[in-house]
Amino acid sequence: MSKLFTISPSPHVHSGDSVNKIMYGVLLALLPAFIWSVMMFGLDSVRVTLIAVAACVGFELLIQKFILKVKPQIADGSAALTGVLLAFNVPSSVPSWMLIVGALVAIGIAKMPFGGLGNNPFNPALVGRVFMLISFPVNMTSWPVAGSFGVDAVTAATPLALLKEGIKSGQPVVEILKGLPANMDLFLGNMGGSLGEISALALLLGGVFMLIRKIITWHIPVSVMVSAAIFSGIFWLIDPSKFADPIFHLVTGGLMLGAFFMATDMVTSPMNPKAQIIFGAGIGILTILIRFWGAYPEGVSFAILIMNALVPLLNRYVKPKRFGEVKIQSTNG
Amino acid sequence: MLKTFKIGGVHPAENKLSASKAIEVLTLPKTVFIPVGQHIGAPAEAIVKKGDKLMVGQLIAKSSGFVSANIHSSVSGTVKKVETGPDTSGYPKMGIYIDVEDDIWDEQIDRSAELKSEINLDSAAILAKIQNAGIVGLGGATFPTHVKLMPPKGMKAEVLLINGVECEPYLTSDHRMMLEHGEELIVGVKLLMLALNVDKATIGIENNKQDAIAKMSGLVAGHKNISVVPLKVKYPQGGEKQLIKAVTGREVPSGALPISVGAVVTNIATTYAVYEAVQKNKPLFERVVTVTGKTVKNPSNFKVRIGTTVSELIEAAGGLPENCGKIINGGPMMGKAFANTEIPVTKGTSGILIMPEKEAKRSETMPCIRCSRCVSVCPMGLEPFLLMTLSEKQMWEGAENEKVMDCIECGSCSYTCPANRPLLDFIRLGKVKVGALIRSRKP
Amino acid sequence: MTTIILYTVLTLSIIGVLSAIILYFVAQKFKVYEDPRIGQVETALPGANCGGCGFAGCRAFAEACVSKGELADLFCPVGGNDTMGGVADILGIVAEKKDPRVAVVRCNGTCEHRPKTNFFDGPVSCAIASTLYSGDTGCQYGCLGCGDCVVACDFDAIHMNPVTGLPEVDDEKCVACGACVKACPKTLIELRKKRPKDRKIYVSCRNQDKGGVARKSCAVACIGCSKCEKECKFDAITIANNLAFIDSDKCTLCRKCVSVCPTNAIIEYNFPPRKVAVAEQPVSVPEKPKEVTVPISSEPKSSEL
Repeated sequence: MSKLFTISPSPHVHSGDSVNKIMYGVLLALLPAFIWSVMMFGLDSVRVTLIAVAACVGFELLIQKFILKVKPQIADGSAALTGVLLAFNVPSSVPSWMLIVGALVAIGIAKMPFGGLGNNPFNPALVGRVFMLISFPVNMTSWPVAGSFGVDAVTAATPLALLKEGIKSGQPVVEILKGLPANMDLFLGNMGGSLGEISALALLLGGVFMLIRKIITWHIPVSVMVSAAIFSGIFWLIDPSKFADPIFHLVTGGLMLGAFFMATDMVTSPMNPKAQIIFGAGIGILTILIRFWGAYPEGVSFAILIMNALVPLLNRYVKPKRFGEVKIQSTNG
Repeated sequence: MLKTFKIGGVHPAENKLSASKAIEVLTLPKTVFIPVGQHIGAPAEAIVKKGDKLMVGQLIAKSSGFVSANIHSSVSGTVKKVETGPDTSGYPKMGIYIDVEDDIWDEQIDRSAELKSEINLDSAAILAKIQNAGIVGLGGATFPTHVKLMPPKGMKAEVLLINGVECEPYLTSDHRMMLEHGEELIVGVKLLMLALNVDKATIGIENNKQDAIAKMSGLVAGHKNISVVPLKVKYPQGGEKQLIKAVTGREVPSGALPISVGAVVTNIATTYAVYEAVQKNKPLFERVVTVTGKTVKNPSNFKVRIGTTVSELIEAAGGLPENCGKIINGGPMMGKAFANTEIPVTKGTSGILIMPEKEAKRSETMPCIRCSRCVSVCPMGLEPFLLMTLSEKQMWEGAENEKVMDCIECGSCSYTCPANRPLLDFIRLGKVKVGALIRSRKP
Repeated sequence: MTTIILYTVLTLSIIGVLSAIILYFVAQKFKVYEDPRIGQVETALPGANCGGCGFAGCRAFAEACVSKGELADLFCPVGGNDTMGGVADILGIVAEKKDPRVAVVRCNGTCEHRPKTNFFDGPVSCAIASTLYSGDTGCQYGCLGCGDCVVACDFDAIHMNPVTGLPEVDDEKCVACGACVKACPKTLIELRKKRPKDRKIYVSCRNQDKGGVARKSCAVACIGCSKCEKECKFDAITIANNLAFIDSDKCTLCRKCVSVCPTNAIIEYNFPPRKVAVAEQPVSVPEKPKEVTVPISSEPKSSEL
């Protein structure tokens, strides 16, 4: 026989989906938020994003090539995605070298030592971000005023930070909220904040795109938002003078970014719908807990990282509904 | 809302290339090789020897137990030898070689095309005829039909389901059968109902076969206890458990047989074979096979005598294309690839699929990104990623606890995995090992 | 200040003493007697936990040794006679000496001897390939070449030769634990008696097909012609199912069978070149390739795992 036929186990067809398609799909979904950030913060956001992506991809390449000595897999887009997410979680004024340090932590500590793509227990971008937040608190919490680019050294706090400050100094919440942009402006993204977190609308667009493309399922984002809304809503109903309304919490502090892009990170989220809902609800509640009583004004990053740690446990003890796990229905039994 | 099963499922490209091609009768081959083990269970015992003269439909191998099936000669002629021959698995299988001479049929067989709808037999007689005719599940599983029709003690069938789903892409033989032999099928359904002593039958057909749904619905109009249910197109709806769930809403418990919820499923081709066996005295020695593939010149549906070599089928469909990379016995999701085209058509051959080179090879495997798609598409609610890992690490007990034996090997997980991981390959290995483990525990 | 420190130290001390007392009584109450020899035997064992003895690990083997009190069916292939001697000393008995063994791969179906008939495109695993079909060559008994034996080996003693596509055993490292024997779905690997200078003669084939069929699928297949059986003066060779087998316990390494084999299915290793008189016979002996330094390409593996 001159030509050999291929033999392989079934199935013999494939959906054609690939890791690369998923990663680039998420990147595409982040585009609206990126465009919005360029409109609000100008070229600085381009600088931050490019440096973060280049640093993440670069570190992954170097580690794979010289330390692990394996074939570099940077084309899969996962490092680029980590870079973009890292950039989206920092203020546009952050110095470039800090970003590079953050990227090194994200890739060099949170991802590659665990075995690279698919094996990291914690979301690398968030680990990098939290590392930066703890190491460089001043740079990480002074945000340029949105839309004020061109004017140097104008910084402002985020709505959540202002809220926290206000509550600390004993002002009633209603008074503080009056001084802040209206919820509609917050939803559109007219506020100070990290690159990608400000416009809930742009993030929602990206999220819907991912849902339609079936890159993510609804379980995690919906459970994050619903649980955050319900949990903050309860306290708001009890005492509106001490706690802000749920809508305010939903549209500020990167909750949307977290719900759609960080919590849904496939590698660090649970593997079945039931567990995903528990995971999402945990994130929502922890976020609000941190916002109300924690030291930091916003808590999405920490909430996601804490829940990331619980994922192996969720995978082990929360199982999908098996087919045939029923009592025999017919009289034959 | 169309009915369908609830958890999991995928929708591969349908590629029903031969759906509009009427069933053609393939010209008689010169020699045939009829394996004695064409079904699940004990192989039949050959009762002919070299030099014996045979008629079409003559018994040549006798069922060797309850879970076994008779084998009949598909041609008339002389037994050349009783020896091993090729098989899809690559391992030689025992069988009977026959040199074809003329086409002389056993006189008992009614060769006329006219419909014989009047039934004058009782349940036991019908069952006996089905058993004698060597009928097995023609969907590919080849489980002896008479065993299915005799529920174990204490169980009673309540509903008969006819599987007209044909959820495998490419395959069209059942579709054509419904269009061309609808009347006979209804008689077949009635025979099966009588044999099982049930008063309700449902024919499940996927919604991509509108013409078949229309035709069958028209035919069942006069029978109030037979109904046609259109189903949403979703693979693997043709799986017994999925079909029962989709049509009746009942869920077969893990590890149990469909009869435990009172359901018996037979597929279209089997029902037709039952009609022929009971009404026309014709044993199972020919079947409809779809020969198809994107590069095949004439994708067609052929009525073929069992034992004809696959190469003859391919020749009839326009020959083996230049760039053929893989030949599959069955559909693309569950079929078995083979390299030797001299293997015979058996009772379980529902299709021959020819894939071009560029589709034949698998893509590069990536690390698992834990996207959980395998979990969401698994129709059995299993966690394929976990089962694969357990199997890879040879943790068979763990795999058993995670219900590896429930896997129906539909391939949805491997089909959908974006990292191209060989999920089903390892799960199948796990099933083999866990199965052996379970058997070794029994005293 | 001093009182606080005093109180703290006192309280902690009292708690400590109380706990010690409780622990002492609990330990007494729940004491389990364990034969101290189990620990001693375990220390004497190599500690590889390879399972070559048939037990779950060295500890389980040690327990079995102590509880049985004799070493008739117990043997640690890794440690060999020395280790078993040590174990016997601990137990105060005498260990029976056993011949050291070494794994031998009984297939010589290299790419040139055994042409491929199809291309296997699945996971690199013999177990999976063998549950799917007979293999990618005409020989259903031969090596599948996916290297399950290499993965199974805890001692880095078996490697795939990338040229022949067959595994090769490193006699120096092989401890005859039998892991590869269990891993091979085609049961090609056998533990044979270790001989001086690692010399070996064996039938490098497991093909049970009739001569013609076997020959067609592989040029160096054993065709079961029984020439070797007749040649052997020591009854070491038996033919069953068209296949010759040389019993390594009976074989005297006389090399007569090697010359008569028409298909070169019998292989000799590590012998000096034959004397001229013998060498005149037209026998081409497949030579053992030099120490293979290239292990099986690990790239496809890592991507599978």
